[in-house]
Amino acid sequence: MPNPFALNTSQQDDVSVITLEGFVDAHTAPQFENAIQQAVDAGRIRIVVNCEKLNYISSAGLGVFMSFIEEVRERGGDIKICGLVPKVKHTFEILGFQDIFEMLDDQPTAVRNFQAA
Amino acid sequence: MAAFERKFTLQVPSSTENLALIRDFVTSVGRHAKLAEDDINKLELAVDEACANVIEHAYGHDATKEVIVRAIYDPDVLRVSVIDEGHGFDPTQVKQETLPQLIHEHASGGLGLRLIKSLMDDVSYEFTPGQKNELHMTKKIRKE
Repeated sequence: MPNPFALNTSQQDDVSVITLEGFVDAHTAPQFENAIQQAVDAGRIRIVVNCEKLNYISSAGLGVFMSFIEEVRERGGDIKICGLVPKVKHTFEILGFQDIFEMLDDQPTAVRNFQAA
Repeated sequence: MAAFERKFTLQVPSSTENLALIRDFVTSVGRHAKLAEDDINKLELAVDEACANVIEHAYGHDATKEVIVRAIYDPDVLRVSVIDEGHGFDPTQVKQETLPQLIHEHASGGLGLRLIKSLMDDVSYEFTPGQKNELHMTKKIRKE
């Protein structure tokens, strides 16, 4: 049974960009968690998660954002979310993520937002 | 039994890799039941959350166990039950903490249940730990 998921990481100046594609559920969320953990371990605490190609997220994926945000902010960084399609954005909003996380339209805006800070 | 009632059942090994199969199953049933597309999305997420809870918590990732998803619909309502024989728990005892509290405590427990309650019209539980636990979720079928 296909469970399409892809994850790419890249660096744009001092911002780490993690691009999620497909479905983040309890099966695939550990890969997302590893990607953020690696960035944080390497001291890359300005993180943009690009969700333009993300079709679906469950609480397992939302929990990954939650588990890192406090540590990242305490160290002077942040996790910003960009490119959410309406269906996925709705899932974030049900739990009130818009009050905790900055959600930007696209990756250039999210990266610029870091550089302006 | 209602005149046009239809029943579908999926029984799969308790493994997170089967969540995609479970989502395909419930979205297909939702389309058969003529749920609105945004309600199908809600149903998909709610059932995923319920099954992930069973796989991770009730069965502790033991893939020799099985998760049963049963869907019944008539022209007015779709009912989905997620059934397991694992370590059930009382969902009403899950603390309703705010998102900032959960973040601070490094806890994400209860997020799935919170989503399920937000997404479905009615949610109820029957649990006998180690014997049979059932989570019942209902979605009304909106008429266009």
